[in-house]
Amino acid sequence: MSQTAAPPALSLRGAGLRFGDRTLWSGLDLDVSPGEFVAVLGPNGSGKTTLIRVLLGLLPLSEGEVRVAGHVPRRGSPEIGYVPQQQPLDPDLPLRGRDLVGLGLDGHRFGPGWLRERRTRRERVDRALEQVGGTRYAGAPVGRLSGGEQQRLRIAQALVGDPAVLLCDEPLLSLDLSHQRTVTRLIDERRRAADSAVLFVTHEINPVLPLVDRVLYLVDGRFRIGPTSEVMTSEVLSELYRTEVDVLRVRDRLVVVGAEEHDHHEAPGPRDVLAVGGGA
Amino acid sequence: MDELLSFDDTLELLGEPFVQNALIACAVLGVVAGLLAPLVVSRGMSFAVHGTAELAFTGGAAALLVGLEIGLGSVIGAVVAATIFGVLGLRRRERDSVIGVVMAFGLGLGVLFLSLYDGRSANRFGLLTGSIVSVDGTNLWVLGAVTVLVLATLLVVHRPLLFASTDPDVALARGVPVRALSLVFAVLVGLVTALAVPIVGAILVLSVMIVPGAAANRVTASPVLATLLAIAIAEVSLVGGTILSLAPGLPVSAFVATIGFIAYLLCRLVARLRGRAPVRA
Repeated sequence: MSQTAAPPALSLRGAGLRFGDRTLWSGLDLDVSPGEFVAVLGPNGSGKTTLIRVLLGLLPLSEGEVRVAGHVPRRGSPEIGYVPQQQPLDPDLPLRGRDLVGLGLDGHRFGPGWLRERRTRRERVDRALEQVGGTRYAGAPVGRLSGGEQQRLRIAQALVGDPAVLLCDEPLLSLDLSHQRTVTRLIDERRRAADSAVLFVTHEINPVLPLVDRVLYLVDGRFRIGPTSEVMTSEVLSELYRTEVDVLRVRDRLVVVGAEEHDHHEAPGPRDVLAVGGGA
Repeated sequence: MDELLSFDDTLELLGEPFVQNALIACAVLGVVAGLLAPLVVSRGMSFAVHGTAELAFTGGAAALLVGLEIGLGSVIGAVVAATIFGVLGLRRRERDSVIGVVMAFGLGLGVLFLSLYDGRSANRFGLLTGSIVSVDGTNLWVLGAVTVLVLATLLVVHRPLLFASTDPDVALARGVPVRALSLVFAVLVGLVTALAVPIVGAILVLSVMIVPGAAANRVTASPVLATLLAIAIAEVSLVGGTILSLAPGLPVSAFVATIGFIAYLLCRLVARLRGRAPVRA
């Protein structure tokens, strides 16, 4: 909880988002400090990914203000690094590890700019690869790498622009436990080394539990922001879900029971009971 | 069999202006087709290219019927088709059926136009299987102009296009106009397809728009190398195919398709032999 006087890396003021007459959320106030780790939790359809889209500058707010690194977010901003969930890639995709990372730096830019700055570009890509321990597969086709290796590259792709804010949208989904640990470790190292703020959308808090400074929990337009110990309680979640929900602490894990009937069942996965047993 | 591979008259034919025109056209076509092919394959657009080619055929047939320049007709047909596919079918699953539906109707129209046409039957057949005699001075100018347009567009959109083609979700998140680029790319494919139709024919456009990319993507993951290799394969297929077709007097497309197929098999073989070594070399 590094609440200092430094200007927030990311800030939402009275933010609201509506589609037609449906309000996803409104009156959202959130300041994330440099180096802070905020986990965004909630069932499917509660607007977690939509929040990321707003912060990426892809979607305007219906009301309120948003600032990332002091600016209204715009498409392709180098101040924002984006880590998506792991997705299957075609093994014959003509793209190597270093190409994937390089696209994170200037893939959104039009024009023949690759002729200029070739050298600095190469150095930055090399450095980003090194930071995630991905130098070994810089030349390998991305489609032939394992899910964990792909996610390492994804982090390098997000870090190569030297971002002030890392937006992570379910980056651990479909990874096994050891790769989940690697990915969370890399993100944690980055925020400590460069003071990047992290907004981490996940349905599973346990893999990141030790890193989380604060939680934003969204359910059907209702939300709660605060330290894990204040939000992840039976009382708060029961209130958010408007039904009886129990939060149990089992050793160093949190188990949420009873939120299932309010889930939207949009995708398979352990969305209702958060991590019983070995995780994922 | 002797007639398939004979070279007796090849040298003599190479001196003919219409042959030289055809070779220039093939060389230019090879560059643009090779530039686009790896991206066509990455984007899973093989069927779209086939559909575009069939509608270039419809456009050409319509032009033949009303007495317009065939090349103009096929350019219009291909660009209309590419635009329809680009707008309607961005989702891969939907795109598949949209292309099938539009292509079926377009082919039907093309068949109608051809049967209503009562001119030389060689013109009819040429649209489907291609013919080097169809390349004349006007064609070369059209080919040159379209090539310049395609190159200029690629110079501007090349990086976002690669991003959107290989990594669409993150490209979208980074603010790349994925939808607009998909349309731009579809139009480029339409233009090049239309240029390829008179030479290799509507049914064999795939041999220059897909095969070089599919082969190149097998052996290298470097976008630059894949593009260069695709251009090389397209050149060897087109120019080589044309030269081989001269003496036997057979359609270019048969030779182009065969050379492309052999190149593809070789690339698969190379990939396979390499695959036995550790994957992460």
